[in-house]
Amino acid sequence: MTQPSTPVRDADPATAPPTNLTSDPRGSHPSETTAISMRSLNGWYGSNQVLHALDLEIAAKQVCSFIGPSGCGKSTLLRWINRMNDTIPSARASGTLSLHGIDLLDRTLDVVDLRRRVGMVFQKPNPFPKSIFDNVAFGPRLHRTYSPTDLEELIEQSLRASALWNEVKDRLDSSALGLSGGQQQRLCIARAIAIGPEVLLMDEPCSALDPRSTASIEELIRELRATYTIIIVTHNMQQASRVSDTTAFFYEGRLIESGATDVLFTNPKNRQTEDYVTGRFG
Amino acid sequence: MTALAARSAAEIANRGTPHSALIRRWSEGSIKFALLSMTLLSVVTTIAIVGVLAGEAWGFFSMADQPDISLWSFVTGLEWSPLLGARPAFGVLPLVAGTLLVTAIAGCFALPIGLLTAVYLSEYASSRTRTILKGVLEILAGVPTVVYGFFALTFITPYLLQPLSSGFGTYNAMSAGIAVGIMILPIVCSLSEDALRAVPQSLRDGAYALGSTKFDVSAKVVVPAGLSGVIAAFLLALTRAIGETMIVALAAGGLAQLTANPAEQVQTMTAYMVQIFLGDAPAAGVEYKSSYAVAFTLFLITFVLTWSGAIILKRYREEYD
Repeated sequence: MTQPSTPVRDADPATAPPTNLTSDPRGSHPSETTAISMRSLNGWYGSNQVLHALDLEIAAKQVCSFIGPSGCGKSTLLRWINRMNDTIPSARASGTLSLHGIDLLDRTLDVVDLRRRVGMVFQKPNPFPKSIFDNVAFGPRLHRTYSPTDLEELIEQSLRASALWNEVKDRLDSSALGLSGGQQQRLCIARAIAIGPEVLLMDEPCSALDPRSTASIEELIRELRATYTIIIVTHNMQQASRVSDTTAFFYEGRLIESGATDVLFTNPKNRQTEDYVTGRFG
Repeated sequence: MTALAARSAAEIANRGTPHSALIRRWSEGSIKFALLSMTLLSVVTTIAIVGVLAGEAWGFFSMADQPDISLWSFVTGLEWSPLLGARPAFGVLPLVAGTLLVTAIAGCFALPIGLLTAVYLSEYASSRTRTILKGVLEILAGVPTVVYGFFALTFITPYLLQPLSSGFGTYNAMSAGIAVGIMILPIVCSLSEDALRAVPQSLRDGAYALGSTKFDVSAKVVVPAGLSGVIAAFLLALTRAIGETMIVALAAGGLAQLTANPAEQVQTMTAYMVQIFLGDAPAAGVEYKSSYAVAFTLFLITFVLTWSGAIILKRYREEYD
């Protein structure tokens, strides 16, 4: 898989091959197993179809960006991967969506187990009104996935992994709400890491942050991809090109183009993609 | 409309005679004055009530013909028997204890049930169910308290309590406490639910995304995050319970005694005042004046509760933007 296969979605979804996002032209990631794959995935809110026949494969331990104008369905797709859409009664989906072969659209799927494997970071930092320590310990305590003697080490390692440890190690017992926005977002990443997920979903994680905090989160994402499969929704084109290995461009609920990030940004095959990444619309 | 459109807005505007700046200033000033006077009315009323209470209470403690009565004996006295003619005793503690006993029973009944109902309404119920249940709670809140008192006397005591134990008399603290609990239940539910629903959805989402069940989200995130509001709701409801008069006057009895036994009759501070003002105590008499001292004590207790509720809300409220 050295040749990036990035077909433009054609009119008939049945004949289109699934777009393969497992390629990495820089060759820095030899392991190229598919983590998440979807075929003919449709999604609705009530009678309003917001996802149209999506075919996409996302490689394990790489960073994949979802880009596209507001309302293009990228956040909705993200929320299907950890089934956060379950909290919206009118949301439903058809087609297939799987994580390492597990059917994510199965109504009987235990979403608690799923969310232990798929962590999520939200647009606005949402630390709990508890101490920094208790925030990170929330998931592990919930699932009892640690041996009690290891909890402090787990918290430290999670905070180190999210590059927050040095800033908060002396005040783990103080309220998380006293942290700056960027620190709060890194705390939320640490909180997600502490439950030991395979996948991290990030829904515009920097949109509420200042440029400096954004830079630190982006650096963190680049470090985390060695361990986690990361999907990041972003409105920021530069951010997508800086942090991601592959990019998928969505427009009005359809996947327009996907492939290696540098190819998609420098040599897009589709006119709409080109217009979007060069800032002519959206 | 098309014919009118022939004149431009610029031609139509500025044709009237605008109010002069002087009139504008004058009318604004008089409106502000009117609003301020209405506001001052309630402030003055409050001050007047507190002033009368304090003055009359002071009068009770400085009665020339009652050398035995002092602030100290009032606050620490263990016996309250003002109507015993020759040797009346004015120790307020039995009344305070009676009030607290009824309030404690009401609290034990209403606070847990109210909080759990609020959690159900805020986190579990569909919006349809919530609308219906809140309607029922509003009906409960609209029932006159005399009906609750009647209910305690004619239903709770004979059909619920006396079958359980023969120790319950016709008048007892338990039935009054339960009825007061039912009365404050809508306050606890409604205010706690407001506090829980004010917890941002983003916190619930964060907890769900970590693999929380609905109960985890409610018990570990929503209730702790809304706790200051819940406690304020509790304090407000307890303040209401302490001041409740009709239920206890009907159901708790009229004998002021220092007891923690809910099967016995007790007299609360409010019930004593009813007894005096509806009874035949002469206006200049010591019993009459004593009710002001009791009223002032009651005022101080509820004032402290209300005040601490406000402090808790202010100090511990988490600021979400």
